[in-house]
Amino acid sequence: MTSAHQHSGSLRELAARFRADTLRIHAQAPETRVASSLSAVEIYTCLFYGGLLRHNPANPRDPARDRLIVSKGHGSISLYPILADRGFFSPEELARVCRPGTFLGGIPDPIIPGYETVNGSLGHGPGVGTGMAIALQRQGSDRRVMVVVGDGELHEGAVWEALLFAAQQKLNNLILIVDDNGRCMMDYTSHVVDLAPLPDKLRAFGWSVEEVNGHDVDALCATLRRSMESSFPGPRAVITHTIKGKGAPALEDDPLCHVRTLTPGEVEELTGGAP
Amino acid sequence: MSTPKRRMRDAFLQVIKDRMGAESDIFFLTGDFGSPVLDGVRRDFADRFLNVGIAEQNLVNVATGLALEGYRVIAYAIAPFITMRCLEQIRINLAILSQVRPMNVTLVGVGAGYSYEVSGPTHQALEDMALMRALPNIGVWSPADAATAAAMANRALDTPGVRYVRLDSHPLPDLGPAPTPQELQCGFRLSGTTGAAAALVSTGYLSHLAAGVRDELEAGGLPVLTVDMMDLAHADMTELTTVLAPCRNILTMEEGFIGCGGMDALLMLHATPRLPKAKWAHAGLQPHYHFEIGPRDALLAAQGISRSALAARMIELINR
Repeated sequence: MTSAHQHSGSLRELAARFRADTLRIHAQAPETRVASSLSAVEIYTCLFYGGLLRHNPANPRDPARDRLIVSKGHGSISLYPILADRGFFSPEELARVCRPGTFLGGIPDPIIPGYETVNGSLGHGPGVGTGMAIALQRQGSDRRVMVVVGDGELHEGAVWEALLFAAQQKLNNLILIVDDNGRCMMDYTSHVVDLAPLPDKLRAFGWSVEEVNGHDVDALCATLRRSMESSFPGPRAVITHTIKGKGAPALEDDPLCHVRTLTPGEVEELTGGAP
Repeated sequence: MSTPKRRMRDAFLQVIKDRMGAESDIFFLTGDFGSPVLDGVRRDFADRFLNVGIAEQNLVNVATGLALEGYRVIAYAIAPFITMRCLEQIRINLAILSQVRPMNVTLVGVGAGYSYEVSGPTHQALEDMALMRALPNIGVWSPADAATAAAMANRALDTPGVRYVRLDSHPLPDLGPAPTPQELQCGFRLSGTTGAAAALVSTGYLSHLAAGVRDELEAGGLPVLTVDMMDLAHADMTELTTVLAPCRNILTMEEGFIGCGGMDALLMLHATPRLPKAKWAHAGLQPHYHFEIGPRDALLAAQGISRSALAARMIELINR
């Protein structure tokens, strides 16, 4: 079981490396949703390298693990290099994303070591995570359930059914991490169905809420830890303010970046070529 | 000699309640839908009972999470809502996920067919069989009586996987003795005259009507085999076609839309090609919603589903 810092570089350096890896994966597999994956790089980095998520690459379903549900599954291609680096599968597999015969698809499925559930069809993670958290709580386990959602995903009604019920059940082992990158597929989220004031809404639903810059790894790790370890008697949410397409200016400025594909030349320019 | 009428839900839930006492890994979820037996579950097993409220999407998702952590989960609600309001949740988190992660989840829907005859189309389950049948990895169990429902409750707890159990809301007499484990395994049970040239294949409430049609035809000198289909997804169709091999005239009966993927589709795909000498007819509800209020049998009769109409239809089939 791994939970402590076990990496050679700083979290910032690791995040930069995984961002570049994500771009390279996208260059060879342009079907992948790169913009929403880039906004969450630091979230996944903090969870796996910040001592926040107990995990066991040798036994991905180890009962002693914390549960991570990546509800915004399509936006987690950046988790592939992290899982490979942690040893869930061979790094060589990263060269085969979306190729015939690989288990690393454009939208991750639970056949990938490290993934718990079917993802990408949005809005399911909070409810499934609620069920897991109830089970763990009633079994007397101290394991946590962490659910990563996008802000656009919060348009799904099933999310709010789960948020209400998780609060009713006082699930202090459930952590919702919102990758609040401000954009869904067709536009800025605020132009489509505005979620503001999201912190107030979540608090009104019975959740504790923290907000943080989702690209500042030190602040992000500290905020996640503070939220997880707080004495609040119910579920907790961490809203991470992020930039969709972070690290790729052509994406950062484009409200349609969700469906934007970077050319291999653009990726080479951003990453400086091969690692 | 007819047995006393009993509600399927009471028989099913009583088995679950009885076993929850000794088996600590059974968890009961309801979508704000009750029953007298369920009051006892709520009272005696408060640590393994939750009402998620009127929220079927969350009902299925929470059931999934509990099941992934090792609980055998019963999720209970009104039939159209637990199948159609949350079809996406069933597809993603039960049908797809259970293919790669073992789980035991039983969706229990009350209100098969026209059960809620005065409530109109919102509360009637006429598409549920077809929709659940369309999903791989989901069993579709359709008991005709309380004895069968109780047997299915035990089978659900003892069999890994996911299934939808379609219960009638009306008290009904038992069709016969409780099905044997072998019959449950095969997914159907027989009555009437084995080897007859005419057969009625039915499910749920209409298996009671089929027995009446059979009696009427046999009183007129026509031997009839009746087949009560209990499993509409994974029945042993090889065994069924063996049983139906002597039949030359087969009438199917279901309280759901026909031609939309229900029981008729199961038989047309797996039985019809293997029985080339048989003539078939399919009785069911035309794909159209009805807002008329009336007794269930009157609603069915208006669509040609009555004892006399179906007996005549069989005669017509024989003479065709």
